[in-house]
Amino acid sequence: MAIWLSRSRKIAHFLNPKIAYFLQPEDFSYKIHVNYVNSSSFRTLSGENFRSPHAFLDNSATVSALQRRCRRPESTRAGEQVETRYSDDDYEDENQAMDFPGGRVSFTHEMKFISEAADKRIPCYRVLSDDGYLIAGSRFEQVDKETAVKMYKSMVTLQIMDNIFYEAQRQGRISFYLTSTGEEAINIAAAAALTSDDVILPQYREPGILLWRGFTLQEFANQCFGNNADYGKGKQMPIHYGSNKHNFFTISSPIATQLPQAAGVAYSLKMDKKEACVVAFTGDGGTKQFRSDGVVVKGQAYGIRSIRVDGNDALAVYSTIRAAREMVIHEQKPVLVEALSYRVGHHSTSDDSTKYRPVDEIEHWKTARSPLARFRKWVHKNGWWTDDEESELRGSIRKQLLNAIQVAEKTEKPQLAEMFSDVYDNLPSNLHEQEKSLRETIKRHRQDYPTDVPL
Amino acid sequence: MAAMLQAIGVASPSVAFSDHYNKSSVSSIRSFPVIRSGLRSISGSGHGSFKPGKVITKATATQTEKSASTTSKPGHELLLFEALREGLEEEMDRDPRVCVFGEDVGHYGGSYKVTKGLAEKYGDLRVLDTPIAENSFTGMGVGAAMTGLRPVIEGMNMGFLLLAFNQISDNCGMLHYTSGGQFTIPTVIRGPGGVGRQLGAEHSQRLESYFQSIPGIQLVACSTVYNAKGLMKAAIRSENPVVLFEHVLLYNLKERIPDEEYVLSLEEAEMVRPGEHITILTYSRMRYHVMQAAKTLVNKGYDPEVIDIRSLKPFDLYTIGNSVKKTHRVLIVEECMRTGGIGASLTAAINENFHDYLDAPIVCLSSQDVPTPYAGTLEEWTVVQPAQIVAAVEQLCQ
Repeated sequence: MAIWLSRSRKIAHFLNPKIAYFLQPEDFSYKIHVNYVNSSSFRTLSGENFRSPHAFLDNSATVSALQRRCRRPESTRAGEQVETRYSDDDYEDENQAMDFPGGRVSFTHEMKFISEAADKRIPCYRVLSDDGYLIAGSRFEQVDKETAVKMYKSMVTLQIMDNIFYEAQRQGRISFYLTSTGEEAINIAAAAALTSDDVILPQYREPGILLWRGFTLQEFANQCFGNNADYGKGKQMPIHYGSNKHNFFTISSPIATQLPQAAGVAYSLKMDKKEACVVAFTGDGGTKQFRSDGVVVKGQAYGIRSIRVDGNDALAVYSTIRAAREMVIHEQKPVLVEALSYRVGHHSTSDDSTKYRPVDEIEHWKTARSPLARFRKWVHKNGWWTDDEESELRGSIRKQLLNAIQVAEKTEKPQLAEMFSDVYDNLPSNLHEQEKSLRETIKRHRQDYPTDVPL
Repeated sequence: MAAMLQAIGVASPSVAFSDHYNKSSVSSIRSFPVIRSGLRSISGSGHGSFKPGKVITKATATQTEKSASTTSKPGHELLLFEALREGLEEEMDRDPRVCVFGEDVGHYGGSYKVTKGLAEKYGDLRVLDTPIAENSFTGMGVGAAMTGLRPVIEGMNMGFLLLAFNQISDNCGMLHYTSGGQFTIPTVIRGPGGVGRQLGAEHSQRLESYFQSIPGIQLVACSTVYNAKGLMKAAIRSENPVVLFEHVLLYNLKERIPDEEYVLSLEEAEMVRPGEHITILTYSRMRYHVMQAAKTLVNKGYDPEVIDIRSLKPFDLYTIGNSVKKTHRVLIVEECMRTGGIGASLTAAINENFHDYLDAPIVCLSSQDVPTPYAGTLEEWTVVQPAQIVAAVEQLCQ
């Protein structure tokens, strides 16, 4: 089954592996709306618990479809339909309730519309205060020094990488870039909470996960410069990273195309019975364009367990993802995580966000609400990080990045032949012809074509 | 363990052929079709030849040659949808990574029974019923393929695939390329299209040409029981995403096919009837209208060469070119609409490549540029009928 984590830059988990029993995680406390009690009795579509098939559906095709379902074979079954179990009121009388797929529905003589907005918004789970203090009474998964320091260093690296590549674009050295500024906690804390076997389907603002998994600054630079060391062979825009060895799917620009694909990856992991999950990310563009209370409330609408977490609180994100991953792996169902955050940078180098939002709002989230600052305070307080280490780290990363850019810039571009490779597994005759034709044209008009592309 | 090809008439590459090519490349001549390896004889009694058999459909002339082998095998008779299923089942047996997604493919067995019995045999996870959400389950297929599975995605009607167009075009077709070859998408997207019997405009779509532009995918259209099975198997084995077009009215064709395993080439056209006077290019259901017209034409003294192009992307310009070189006249008969159909694209390709060989402009018979009307008589008039084909040939061969 899959956990679909969504965050407002959201994270979707899809977990696929086996196992059907429900584990009640006792270690973590979290404010989520859980209607699930246990999965042992579910009343809708499995044969045995089926009460009166005639009661709700006249459609005989549907009824017989349900009956066929009862004769489901043992091998490779689709997941059990664990339906949300609604509270079982004691309605003996058929006039007070009726059986319907999903559970019993009781009748009411009052015509009452459900409000379009709840009285209160779904609360947001957080563990660290803005000042980096652990909030009293909060329960979370403890992070050891090594992990915490690695997390913090990665967040810093991500931030600096964003700054420097952004500047490089401004200087015309790369053609495009977009930053993850403000979302470093989501990137890094989520990555830290997952294993390298978990497959990531990013939107485009999650390079921190690659960073966590060992993608080097040079590899990032190579992709942005589209040189012949780029795994994508220069065929995609900058920041559209992809690395199958890091279990990070190649980024595709259009919003939310990766969400259905995540279901497919989940399916695949399930078939392979792997103890791993899929995480699909999407932001507001993929979820929050409408009038609901964010996307967390949509979880229930889809029968998906969901939670809202403070996306700028690295500890909260870490705990949530860890918990969610456990749930997904053991229960084989999707989980939706909405991580509230703020995109500090512009959408991309092609955007000037001051045109549609106030500058002081940006400043506020950049400074007072910075996820790095908050986490640094906590790490600092634990005695795990010093200011000296900070400046040393920053200096070192900066130097490495500038070097990586220089190297990437000088590295040769992919050969012309790569323009035609990977369209199909083998080069078909029409592409062969087209390549020949292009080469002849270039030979005839050498001065009209870029000289830095090896033929 | 011979693999048998029905595309007889594809001789070994002719050297002279290349001289007239603008692009002057010998390598662009299609080499002899690759026979897939890994075939096994299903029956124990060794190889046999494919006996071109009694094709029961009235409008089909069968001129397939026997192979060199001596003993003839009776083969077995089945309907086209059963052949598709047989091909699918054989591939699912052979490779545990092959799986099926689609609406009603599992418990119901498929709206055209192509997947009947498969869920019972392989389980309802491997033959998965999806919700009515084409974009979602097509995307799911892409994701599954990128992680090593080989999904066969069924569109209940090809028209519905429009809802999945983004996943097909931007992802199926592109992710292999944009990932620099790191991820492959070996999916098969299949389903019925074409004009049926009063199914209404939205369910009578011919969308082949919509997909033709998409780089990275291949398109094939099956038309006989024999090639349905062979193309299904080839599509599943291909590392590239393949769209396999079936036709609603052809599912109940009955034909005898070999017991031995065979896989056809995705890029080859099929020589249905060799001839001298004119090349008629067609595919899918129109093949039968053409063959019916061919009977009339033969009685009138014409000798048409009929080629079922089968591969819509890429076109088998080798087979087609050889034919044009011989007959110098081309008639294209398709069910697509006139504007922007496969015929339009094929006309351009032939003109571009074989212009010197044509004695007359290419004629393309297509459906009108109208949504398919519901009324039975009107519907019939939107589809090219044998009488029109006969008239067009007579006109062209004056």
